[in-house]
Amino acid sequence: MGTRDCQHICDESSPAIGEAGKTGDWRDAFPSIDDEKCIPAKQTKPACFLCWLYCPEAVVSKTVPIQIDMEYCKGCGICAEICPAHAITMISEESSSATEKG
Amino acid sequence: MLDGNHAAAEGVRLSRAQVIAAYPITPQSPVTEKLSEFVERGELDAQYVAVESEHSALAVCTSASMVGARVFTATSAHGLAYMHEMLHWAAGARLPVVLACVNRAIGAPWSVLNDQQDSISQRDTGWIQIYARSNQEVLDSIVQAYRIAESVYVPVMVCYDGYVLSHTEMPVDVPTQENADRFLPAYKPHTILDPANPKNYNLVTLANPRVNAEGVLCHGYMELRYLLQEALQNSRETIIKVGQEFGELFGRSYSNVVWQYGLDDADVVIVAMGSLAMEATVAADMLREAGHKAGVLGLRVFRPFPKTDVAKALEKRRLVVVFDKNISYGSEGATCSEIKSTLYGSSTGAVMRNYIVGLGGRDVKAREMADAVSKSLLSMKDGDLNQEYPEWICAI
Repeated sequence: MGTRDCQHICDESSPAIGEAGKTGDWRDAFPSIDDEKCIPAKQTKPACFLCWLYCPEAVVSKTVPIQIDMEYCKGCGICAEICPAHAITMISEESSSATEKG
Repeated sequence: MLDGNHAAAEGVRLSRAQVIAAYPITPQSPVTEKLSEFVERGELDAQYVAVESEHSALAVCTSASMVGARVFTATSAHGLAYMHEMLHWAAGARLPVVLACVNRAIGAPWSVLNDQQDSISQRDTGWIQIYARSNQEVLDSIVQAYRIAESVYVPVMVCYDGYVLSHTEMPVDVPTQENADRFLPAYKPHTILDPANPKNYNLVTLANPRVNAEGVLCHGYMELRYLLQEALQNSRETIIKVGQEFGELFGRSYSNVVWQYGLDDADVVIVAMGSLAMEATVAADMLREAGHKAGVLGLRVFRPFPKTDVAKALEKRRLVVVFDKNISYGSEGATCSEIKSTLYGSSTGAVMRNYIVGLGGRDVKAREMADAVSKSLLSMKDGDLNQEYPEWICAI
């Protein structure tokens, strides 16, 4: 099957989850969250959420505890940089097996 | 009687352009002046956007085209060079923008006079290029350009020589609005920006095709480029069909992408483009008087390059002399390269000569063209068959 079936004659996309494909494929490091340190997890109530605010891909949930959608997380590491509790660590995909990632 | 610029403006008025954005530059300025008069007097129902640069002019046109408006801009020389980025954008986004390029030399050194270096330098931006040889052709080509552009979704540049046509008055038949409307239906965009149905157009496109959220395999960058090339390749038929239909309505047929003068029995062919090709017909007459069977092949369309038409017209000729009002430095004239490329592998045994003429407004006289052909014939007799670089008609 070729790309003619999309019937576009210029580049066209719609604002929708997954429109650009599974962008999690781009990742070479993934964020690992330590719930012992993460403020909302520790306090068991909505708080902080700076990672949710700063994530350019909007893949961090505003929940207790927070969750990251690994299908679309590109591994940029902004959440790890911004976290005031140092609860997020970026771990190289190469140095980690699939089971460790959960 | 209309000069070329006025004829272009009349063509735009008849085509009912809805958004006009242009920045004045010699020798194009009278086009913008005339169009702003039309809008001001209510003779053309359009938005005239006064912009601060040619880059912005074409940005306005591409944006307006994206929301469904029929658009027009015009420029020359440095203005066209300044549009370069947006020329690529309009073609890549497949927007049927129509642009009049009033051909002028590019500096340094500064010149406001005519040659075709400006539009030839934009050869690879993905636009259809049509060259007019008279003011009537300027008007007719603008009206046809909208039909062509809006059929194949490729922008069209209508080129005509500065001063030679732009500032010279000639008899021009201006069609009635009623007939123009019959010829040119309203613009139907292939895509349209609409807040009720949000879409992204021409964002970062990755090297490989992608599967979108609905599971449809969508073009990558290369597939979109292929489609633009395919559209240009296939546009020859549309250009001819539109030209024929124009002829049926207005009595002036444009049923070919090249035109011929005295070619039937010619063994010597002069090739030229734009107003230069008209001068060539006088040179051909002079050569006939001197006993040479000379004719002219005029190029009306430069992109898509009319390969099959040129190859057919140059079959079984002895000598082909190509005159170019442009130069690809370090190589040769652009039309000469195209013709050589077209003839590779064909059965023509013709010797080819290329002359660079008329740069920066240097007058090209028919006598000079005829002499250049005679000189080429003499050098052939001396066994000089392959010319590495073009000759120039200048005082060096």
